[in-house]
Parts: sequence; structure tokens; C-alpha cells
Amino acid sequence: MEVPYTVKPRLDTGLYNSKLGIWLFLASEVMLFGALFSSYILLRAAAPSWYAGPDVLNVPIGTLNTLILIISSVTILLSWTSIRLNDLKKYKLYMGATIFLGALFLFIKVYFEYLPKIDHGHIPSENNFYATYYTITGLHAIHIIGGLIVNLYFLGPGLKMYNKEPERFCNRIETAGLYWHFVDIVWIFLFPTIYLLPGS
Amino acid sequence: MSNSKNIKEEINQYIKIFIALGVLTVITVGIAYIEVGKMWIAVLLAMIVATMKGTLVAGFFMHLFHEKKIIYLFLGITLVLLCALFFITFGSVYNQVGEIEQGVIESTSSYIH
Repeated sequence: MEVPYTVKPRLDTGLYNSKLGIWLFLASEVMLFGALFSSYILLRAAAPSWYAGPDVLNVPIGTLNTLILIISSVTILLSWTSIRLNDLKKYKLYMGATIFLGALFLFIKVYFEYLPKIDHGHIPSENNFYATYYTITGLHAIHIIGGLIVNLYFLGPGLKMYNKEPERFCNRIETAGLYWHFVDIVWIFLFPTIYLLPGS
Repeated sequence: MSNSKNIKEEINQYIKIFIALGVLTVITVGIAYIEVGKMWIAVLLAMIVATMKGTLVAGFFMHLFHEKKIIYLFLGITLVLLCALFFITFGSVYNQVGEIEQGVIESTSSYIH
């Protein structure tokens, strides 16, 4: 059975189905991260004292990771524009760069942040600061892993679709890009909240 | 597929937004090291810059400035629900902090050992 409206937009919504679907999914993700941020506010407000982010977290590393995610947002856009121009070579280059940058983000996060902290005994059960730090950044990292799996699929086996249905493939890349940008936006709010706010 | 001239213009726009995001990231980190005295000012400044960055990504990278009405409807409903969630949280925080100050309950955090 053929899935309808994968290329042409539906008359009632004006959108192809997967675009509507990804926006609905992202709306649910807003509520998920919103719940975590509100939990952070509640825990922090009730705490007698709270670490200053820059005193215990690695701000240069966090800043580097912010820039890496922003660059990866641009590279996934360039992969989408390349496929719209039928330039498969550049599509592969930019999608490969996006995957590399996402993996680099995770490597830096784990190797330069999580592992040294765990080595020093700073684990989630230590206090509410570390519990919220690991929960929120960990969930964000899981979202990066999810995005990497999807992007890897579109660089590998999923690329077959381009030969038969190029416009449908193009729409898939746009949808994957929307998800990736959302993950970037979450980090944009997460970074100053966790890493940069002063202590109390 | 779209017109190649339009796509090249799009790419130029993406590069400009990328530069703006880089500058705003530097500003985000820079203001964190300025002594502003009160916590609420630090939070406000951080959230203003983060909102500017988020708006650029959503508006230009996710093309939200030129989307269909139904997406605005979905996101509008989400925003209302998110505001309700934060409103409930702030109400709870207000009660909790008040009760801690009055000694009705103890602080819930096990932060300092």
C-alpha cells in the first residue's frame, strides 16, 4: 500500500504528512524538556545553596560543544540544499560532516565531562545539582544519538530512495533536519541554564 | 526541486545566521562572567540571549517564519501548555520557599554535604 502525501502536500493542511508529523513530535518534545526545566527550577529554588555552573562545570568545553552543534545545524541544512540541487556528492559530504560533528559532540561530552566527573565521584546520587545535570544533559545526549542513527541511515541504506523518488527523499532530509535543529535549540537553552548561571 | 538561484540565496542567509549565532554564543558566555549582583538579572540576561538564538534557529533554520498556519496552531497550543506548566511550577516554588522561610518544612535539597 502506498503511503499518501509523502511528496505532494495535503489540501487541508498544506503540508506533506511527515512534516506535519515531525512538528507534532517536536511539540511533544517541548513538553518533555519543559517538564525537566520546571523540575530544575523547583529543585533549585528549594535548595539552601546551589553550585555556580562555572565553578564545577567545564565552560570552555560546553562552549565548544555549543559551537559544534550550531555548525552541525548549518551542515545538515547544506546537505538538504545540496540534495535539492541534485548534487549527491555534496549531500554526502555535508551529511557526513553532520554525523561527524554529532559524534564529536558526544565524544567531548563523555570523555571530557562525564568520565572525569564520575572519576571524582560526582555522580547523580551526590546531590540535586548533579542529578539534574546528568538527567537533562543525558536526555539531550540520547536525542543526539537518535539523530545520528537517522542521519546515518540517510547516508547509507536510506539513500537508495533518492534514485527512485528524489523529492520524497528530499522531504525526508528536511524532516531529519527539523529534528536536528530542535536538538540544537534545546542545547541553546540548556547550556546557559546549567553551565553559566551563578550559584546561590 | 527548487530554483537553484533561490537555493544559493538561502545558503547565504544560513551563513549569516550562523555568524550571528556564533557572536551570540560569545555574548552568552561573556555575560556569565559579569557580576550583575542579583540572581534574577543573571537569569533574565541568559534567557534573553538564549531566546534570541533559539528564535534565529527556529525562524530561519527551521523556516518557522514562513510556515503553514496549522503548524503555528500546534505550536501555539504547545506554548500555552508550556506556560501553564511553568505557571504551576512557579506557584509551587513560591509556596515552598515561603514554607521553608517560615520553618513549616525543611529544605528539600541535599546539596551540601
